[in-house]
Amino acid sequence: MGNRRMFLAAAAACALAAGFAAPAAAQGTIKIGEVNSYKRFPAFLEPYKKGWELGVEEVNAAGGVLGRKLEFVSRDDGGNQGDAVRLAEELLSREGVSFLTGTFASNIGLAVSDFAKQKKVLFIAAEPLTDKIVWDNGNRYTFRLRPSTYMQTAMLIPDAAKLKQKRWAIVYPNYEYGQSATAAFKKLLKEKQPDVEFVTEQAPPLGKIDAGAVVQAIADAKPDAIFSSLFGPDLANFVRQGNLRGLFKDRPVFNLLAGEPEYLDPLKEETPNGWYVTGYPWYGISTPEHKKFLDAYQKRHNDYPRLGSVVGYTLVKTVAAAIRKAGSLDTEKLIAAMKGLEVDSPFGKMTYRALDHQSTMGAYVGQIGLRGGKGVMTSFRYEPGEKHLPPDAEIRKMRPAD
Amino acid sequence: MSSIVVQFLNGLAGASTLFLIAVGLSLIFGVTRIVNFAHGSLYMLGIYIAYSAVGAFGAAGALGFWGAILAAALAVGLFGALVEVLILRRIYQAPELFQLLATFALVLMVKDFVLWAWGPEDLLGPRAPGLDGAVAILGQRFPEYDLFMIAVGPVVLGLLWLLLNRTRWGTLVRAATQDREMVGALGVNQKWLFTGVFALGAFLAGLGGALQVPREPAQLFLDLTAIADAFVIVVVGGMGSIPGAFLAALIIGEVKAFCIGLGNVTLLGVEVSFSKLTLVIEFIVMAIVLVVRPWGLLGRPQAAQRAAPTHIEPPLRAALRGLAAGAAVLALALAALPLTGAAYTVVLMTDILIFALFAASLHFIMGPAGMVSFGHAAYFGLGAYGAGLVLLRAGAPMEVALAAGPLAAALGAAVFGWFCVRLAGVYFAMLTLAFAQIGWSVVFQWDSFTGGSNGLVGVWPAAWLSSKSAFYLFVLVLCGAGLAALRRILFSPFGYALRAGRDSPLRCDAIGIDIKRLQWAAFTLVGAFAGTAGALYAFSKGSLSPDLMAIPRSVDALVMVLLGGVQTLAGPAVGAAAFTWLQDTIARNTEYWQSLLGATILIIVLAFPQGIVGSLARLGTRAEAE
Repeated sequence: MGNRRMFLAAAAACALAAGFAAPAAAQGTIKIGEVNSYKRFPAFLEPYKKGWELGVEEVNAAGGVLGRKLEFVSRDDGGNQGDAVRLAEELLSREGVSFLTGTFASNIGLAVSDFAKQKKVLFIAAEPLTDKIVWDNGNRYTFRLRPSTYMQTAMLIPDAAKLKQKRWAIVYPNYEYGQSATAAFKKLLKEKQPDVEFVTEQAPPLGKIDAGAVVQAIADAKPDAIFSSLFGPDLANFVRQGNLRGLFKDRPVFNLLAGEPEYLDPLKEETPNGWYVTGYPWYGISTPEHKKFLDAYQKRHNDYPRLGSVVGYTLVKTVAAAIRKAGSLDTEKLIAAMKGLEVDSPFGKMTYRALDHQSTMGAYVGQIGLRGGKGVMTSFRYEPGEKHLPPDAEIRKMRPAD
Repeated sequence: MSSIVVQFLNGLAGASTLFLIAVGLSLIFGVTRIVNFAHGSLYMLGIYIAYSAVGAFGAAGALGFWGAILAAALAVGLFGALVEVLILRRIYQAPELFQLLATFALVLMVKDFVLWAWGPEDLLGPRAPGLDGAVAILGQRFPEYDLFMIAVGPVVLGLLWLLLNRTRWGTLVRAATQDREMVGALGVNQKWLFTGVFALGAFLAGLGGALQVPREPAQLFLDLTAIADAFVIVVVGGMGSIPGAFLAALIIGEVKAFCIGLGNVTLLGVEVSFSKLTLVIEFIVMAIVLVVRPWGLLGRPQAAQRAAPTHIEPPLRAALRGLAAGAAVLALALAALPLTGAAYTVVLMTDILIFALFAASLHFIMGPAGMVSFGHAAYFGLGAYGAGLVLLRAGAPMEVALAAGPLAAALGAAVFGWFCVRLAGVYFAMLTLAFAQIGWSVVFQWDSFTGGSNGLVGVWPAAWLSSKSAFYLFVLVLCGAGLAALRRILFSPFGYALRAGRDSPLRCDAIGIDIKRLQWAAFTLVGAFAGTAGALYAFSKGSLSPDLMAIPRSVDALVMVLLGGVQTLAGPAVGAAAFTWLQDTIARNTEYWQSLLGATILIIVLAFPQGIVGSLARLGTRAEAE
């Protein structure tokens, strides 16, 4: 008995201690670590993955960077913050990646950003929208690609102020993104239109909106206009109940992100008419740089791009440009290169600001409507990111010194 | 006035939805005693299948539409029957709750299947033909389909009542709910009864999902949303009571609607957002109901099950010399791990050790003390937050913060536990879940203090532990000591008394043991151990967020304990290692890793019906006997 147990324990110990031998970092390719919640947010992240796959192929077809091929090593954190940090650790220590990219949810983005600071490696946050990642919790190792919650909200303000509506109702998913969007909207609109009133605020839990009751509660407040930051299933629920109950009749509605194909396409015939949104009208952008991206994407994936695709693609362009400019994989050189780095994106030229490490990527702003049974942005314009950021002095106050 | 009426109607429509989600779960639990985690997945399958069926037949007008809804529900019912026959039937003899593990594996597999079959995009179905408009009620527009939903709940309730009270099959189901061994003894083929009930429950879940097609989009989170709602309704109503489920659905549906209707209200000069309260309101209702009525609104005390011979736990045996030597060898090997230079293995082992302590702390109350907790992550999270907040807000050094973790967790466990130990069985489990959710919602909402949904960053260990190897050794010492302490306590008089309380409460009472007090002490004690694990976890990641206290983490802990074997002492550690390692390996190497992880767990479930360690130990004893 004793011997058998001893043997078992010893065997287990050997197995554990031997572990799984760490494969040596393959020479020849430049490895970039990528962590994301693919199974948790597939609607956005599957197109995102297709985007960076295309980007990597293009970079390598053109000879790679520094004479070496680029390789993305991707991991799925399952939407779990602790796992994301562990996988980031794995990418660095076992895969030998040069630096980290990715993440979607704000809490995971912030956690990996802090991890990068601790480890002193570069981190390019592709998706997270939280303002904190470059401002309140900003650090010198972290750069962010997408326009933030604040920037996208600010892009809607000129149209909102132009309408001169007095009584506003607000509805937002109850977590940081919705709270920040609401706070920014109230602050910015009040600056432009001091007599504005916010008559009701509804904060349904993310993914669990009781749309009928929320629509009724908003109608009861008799607002002149509505600002919403709902997206995904919450948005679809809200739209259907609002349409059925006549909430949107003669009421302008502003909805952050609702023009993104990820969230607009599911609405189909329910698509409301005339809502002001931020989004991505891939079917209507006629700039040569977007045309080139669109053709390549459709050829490679036999599908149309979503906003996630643009983000993934631009991420690779950023990575390649940064390494080229740095001429090395040294973290300090990469950070120096990222500051003020210019990147050619499908939306045109954009810059990573030295001040707060935020890119100046913008978004398309306009109105949506129904065309041929599908929701589309019927009119739109490109709003560059740099036009919708707070003054530098304000940012310096928020952002901790490096 | 008109808006109050309309909000009342909104509440009724919501209540019908909740009732349909929950009633099948109640039925299944009542007869088979299976806590069916996959019930939400059945609901999700219902809405997805109905979406496709409506797309295929919907063009044929109303008949095609309603036919498609019914077909989807029947398909889900059939799937339920298959699951029962192929999987669950094989493990009815396993220790209580082990079936939960199989249904957890199903959740993972169904989710990946739905993603594979229907893609990632949300799918909003068409409106129902004939019910696609709105009618005016007191000057407000109200959707016709919601009026229809209001009627569906009571109709299904009536039909079920007829089925259960006016048919022979229904009589047998009711008999089995009260005393299934007696039903078996009277010559009723339990196998087919169980299959039938499971299929009916699955059919109802599928119907609930299918009927949502005209109301909400099919999406990949519905399984988790639905299962949480279903559990709450079933428990508030009283497990196994169908009218109870209806009453509970009604109460929760209305409370939600009126919280939204109230919006922001200023009470005594303080602005209260009732709208934000919807985050957690159902769990608050559940906690109140269970504290006042320990068996739910219309439930009855659970009849004591006559334990089948396989259910009787063998008494714990004190460590043999061989085992002690084995443990020493294992500890040495683990301590030598950093020398191998496998940096990531060190990181992964740090996680495994922490989860081993977490799982062992759950096992302590779940196994020997017989108190199954569905909300154990609350104490893991409180430990992490306690440590993180003391470090960041009070600026205390890491060593002090680390001690604050278990203190905070023990304090929380003492408060929550005081209420929980008054309950037993599944009601106890659900009250722990309710408190965990309430705790979660507090850290989720309290932005200025806990960092809200973003959580806290910058929770790094002191300089002397900043290397991964040093931190790993530190975790090894603390978790090893924790595991040893938990084991030692089980062999103390306190541990013996706990086990006695589990096996025979009456005799314990008779010899003067105050079981409730012991259980309360045990609950608080394991809170401290879970808190230690949580605090170490926070320092190993440098950050923490409300996820640490959320339902999935509690479920992970349950899975680890059951996977290892609830009737063994080494089980939780082995289960934690197996689960963490499997997830890490599979997720890194495959795209559809959830289904592969689910399939692996399912194979383990079928191959080791006592858990890994439990089944191995049994094999060992048998070999010795021969």
